[in-house]
Amino acid sequence: MGSQQSAFVQAIQLGKRVTTSEGPLTILDDINFSIPTGTSVAVLGASGSGKTTLLGLLAGLDVPTAGQVIIAGQDLGALGEDGRALLRAETIGFVFQNFQLLTGLTALENVMLPLELGGAANPRGLASDLLDRVGLGDRLTHYPNQLSGGEQQRCAIARAFAAQPQLLFADEPTGNLDQQTGKRIIDLLFALNREQGTTLIMATHDESLAEHCDRRLHLDGGRLVNPGEVISDVGC
Amino acid sequence: MANADPPIIRIQSQTSLAFSWRMLWRDWRGGELRILAIALIIAVTSVTAVSFFIDRVERGLNQQAAELIAADLVISSSRQIKRDYIQAAEQRGLTQAQTTQFRSVAVAHDRPQLAEVKAVTDHYPIRGALRIADAPYGEDRATQTIPARGEVWVEPRLLQTLQLNVGDTLQLGAMPFRISQVLVYEPDRGGDMFSVAPRVLMHADDVAATRLITTGALVNHRLLLGGPANAINDYRRYLRQQLQPGERLLSVKEGRPELRAALERAQRFLGLAALISVLLAGVAVATAARRFAQRHLDTSAMLRCLGATQRNIIRMFSLEMLWLALLASSVGCVLGLLTQLGITRILDQLLLISLPAPSLRPLILGYATGVILLLGFALPPLLALKNVPPLRVLRRDQTGAPVRAGLVYLGVLLSMGVLLYWQIGELRLVSYVMLGMLVTVLLLALGAYGLIKLMNRLRQRVGVAWRFGLANIARRPGSSVIQIVAFGLGIMVLLLLSTVRNDLLNDWRRSLPPDAPNHFLINVQPDQVTEIQKFFDQQGVSKPQLYPMVRARLMQINDRTVSTDDYESDRARHMVTREFNLSWAATPQVDNTIVAGKWWDKTDYGQGLLSLEAKLADTLRIKLNDTVSFDINGTLRQFRISNLREVDWDTFNINFFTVVPPGVLEQDPASWVTSLYLDAAQKRQLSDLVKRFPNVTVIDVAAIMDRVRSIMDRVVLAVEFIFLFTLLAGLAVLYAAIQANQDERRFESAVLRTLGARRPVLLRGLIAEFITLGALAGLLAGLAATALAWVLAAQIFHFPYQFNPMIGIARIGVGVAIVGLAGVLGTRTVLTQPPVVSLRQGV
Repeated sequence: MGSQQSAFVQAIQLGKRVTTSEGPLTILDDINFSIPTGTSVAVLGASGSGKTTLLGLLAGLDVPTAGQVIIAGQDLGALGEDGRALLRAETIGFVFQNFQLLTGLTALENVMLPLELGGAANPRGLASDLLDRVGLGDRLTHYPNQLSGGEQQRCAIARAFAAQPQLLFADEPTGNLDQQTGKRIIDLLFALNREQGTTLIMATHDESLAEHCDRRLHLDGGRLVNPGEVISDVGC
Repeated sequence: MANADPPIIRIQSQTSLAFSWRMLWRDWRGGELRILAIALIIAVTSVTAVSFFIDRVERGLNQQAAELIAADLVISSSRQIKRDYIQAAEQRGLTQAQTTQFRSVAVAHDRPQLAEVKAVTDHYPIRGALRIADAPYGEDRATQTIPARGEVWVEPRLLQTLQLNVGDTLQLGAMPFRISQVLVYEPDRGGDMFSVAPRVLMHADDVAATRLITTGALVNHRLLLGGPANAINDYRRYLRQQLQPGERLLSVKEGRPELRAALERAQRFLGLAALISVLLAGVAVATAARRFAQRHLDTSAMLRCLGATQRNIIRMFSLEMLWLALLASSVGCVLGLLTQLGITRILDQLLLISLPAPSLRPLILGYATGVILLLGFALPPLLALKNVPPLRVLRRDQTGAPVRAGLVYLGVLLSMGVLLYWQIGELRLVSYVMLGMLVTVLLLALGAYGLIKLMNRLRQRVGVAWRFGLANIARRPGSSVIQIVAFGLGIMVLLLLSTVRNDLLNDWRRSLPPDAPNHFLINVQPDQVTEIQKFFDQQGVSKPQLYPMVRARLMQINDRTVSTDDYESDRARHMVTREFNLSWAATPQVDNTIVAGKWWDKTDYGQGLLSLEAKLADTLRIKLNDTVSFDINGTLRQFRISNLREVDWDTFNINFFTVVPPGVLEQDPASWVTSLYLDAAQKRQLSDLVKRFPNVTVIDVAAIMDRVRSIMDRVVLAVEFIFLFTLLAGLAVLYAAIQANQDERRFESAVLRTLGARRPVLLRGLIAEFITLGALAGLLAGLAATALAWVLAAQIFHFPYQFNPMIGIARIGVGVAIVGLAGVLGTRTVLTQPPVVSLRQGV
């Protein structure tokens, strides 16, 4: 797999166009970058700049109309739908702005879900340890609507780290939280990130949040403003 | 990635069993599966209860009907019953009795009278009971005995004709007999009602002493058999191989036509109830499954996001549904069994027949129904979940392409049709109802769409509450159409039930009213017709109508000589050898329906035309415009079949298989017949009648009519009970339809309340919405129910159905009220739940 400094995520001439009633619309155009293993990257940009689309393409949730995404040496386009699903199961975790907890499941069951899908030996024990770790040890049997926003996001973070992903995507993880809660969530996210050596790609419009990251990508009108900018070189 | 393979296998094995169970439990706990399970349980409970009930009642009624041949199976032969047959029956442990019937002249006081003699052995009758009385037209009672040796039991008209009393002596051949009882009823009397001489019943061991049976004598020997169904069926199979020409097998279905008709109708009513319950439950399941799928879009997207493949998703949800189907079916089967046990306990007193133990067939039907219904109706929307793009976790507007479910639903309907046909065995009924439902769904959908469009235009002209309500309907045309269709089907079935319950069942009962004719007068001579009418007029009995008939024997069909060898069926072979009674009439009887050709007018009088009963035409393979030749009084006369008639035999009116126009048979020797209702007091005047017109024979059919009537009453009771389930299924559909877009409604209402809308305004909006939905659904359902009731009445049950527009309008009103009330009650939590809770939960 190469050295630690080798690219874990690569976007090559990545583009996304959709057809609307008013003609074709380019959402992303000619995106090129590579992210080394263990790096944390913030994708910055205003609303509608293409952040969420880029995240979707990088995670294999959507397919590009041009270019390639390579994760852990594998071209997502060549993998097919099932291959991408497998890659997600094995490699990728998610944290969302609106938490995306399943309302019918308890906090514990939400965290167990990726472990169960991956066939982990003791999903209940692992999940409850993780919830303990994020400070929800006494909320295991609570349903999402019985948790505050911050608690829901902590639960979602526990879920994201449950399968020990090598790559974590976070889409505006504090977007739905007040500043103080948001700060605690970010601290938790980065602490776990460091602990597990995860590569982190986070979409945000919050500059101060982006400062926590090793590297920043600015999107504007679907194009990268600073394709080469690197804040610091890191070795994880 | 050397470890690429194992995880896929892990995911698949996980999803296949354990995970789907966990999903089932979690969804159940979350209340996601409740409506689905309830609908399914209702479906399976109703179908198994109905099926158990039909199964048991049908077998019970068949036992009743077995009375009509006095056994479960009868071998009828012109020769002595073979020793082999008797031994084979002994080996199978069957109860046996034998009868020997022949015509002979009975003599008393030197006066002869032709009699139908029947000699019977012990155990006769195996099914049913003889009824006897101490004096003519006196109180009768059931008996388990047969005449002792040296004694005979005779019909009252023999006593009248020969002017005898109980205790007198009657000579039969070489032996004198003491008349010890009056014979009132024998279960297997049967035969041609108009040609029978009075019955003399004697002990079989006395036959030899009469020396009446000599070589060449026309004798009918019968072996009557009774026993468990398996043994009887086994014996029937054995006998099919053995039967020789001249030997006939009679089973229950070949009993009297009027009873057969009653049983067939009974089965149809029960079948209809079962059929509608299942189809309705299917609609409820489909509606609830749609909501279930809607609420699992996020789950699917999240599972995809977490690495589940499309196949994993399909397997997971399919297995989850399979577990649910099996669990709900088990509950339904148990409930069905219990309900049916409970109801038979209640009905046992009324049924007066002991029902046989339930068989296992209904359980198979129950599970098959549960699995087919749920997988069939729930899978299409659930399969669409595989198409939910994982991108939905980032963009909530992504829902994925819906699965084209039309073909799947059609497949489900077909398989349900096959299942129900298997249970009910009425192809026409099943296909009419299924087709009716299908057409109704299409019409409801089309009509609903058109009406919604129309409604949208009205929006600008109404107040705020109504605008909100109408906007709600118009804003979600797809979901509104589905809701109207579901409501419409629910209401339609409820209306259809009330129609069937009130009109069809009553029509059926009315077809045999308390004053239906219970006596037949036969052998009336032409010059006695007016005198007989006058006689009854004087007695205060309404003037009876008399019908002429001429004896004839069928000789040729299309110039080809008729032979019993031309036919396979026992009925056909029997019909070609019997004597026909040709009648003439200017107009058809009111309970006759011309199904092919046309009835004659005045210009056809005197022509060789013939109107033939449709079933007989079918049995004898005679078609419209075929020619048939009858031997009438020694001359061969040819007739062309000018029309085919369906006859309601269970009305007990005088009806003929064969009718010709006036002006054809008037010169031939005819006798006249009539039927009339006589109550207990009027019955006593019969002795006067017999004295004045000694040649006239009176036949009392009150006993057989009571049988038919009691079967009808039982069936009506059973059908009404089964309709309760159909009602439940209808309510489940309504409930599922109300729940269908509850989430969306709750969210919108919360938004409006946050924006300052007051609850009364929202409530009025809801009322407006549901009254409109109810009116649209009610209107379409009322029309559909009326049409379907008409088709059922005309095509399946053969009743004249009168459409009453006022009742139609009232029904639409009921539809509006049901949906309006149920809708508002069902959605009131939309108004009571704090907006913040709804907003938090999202759509």
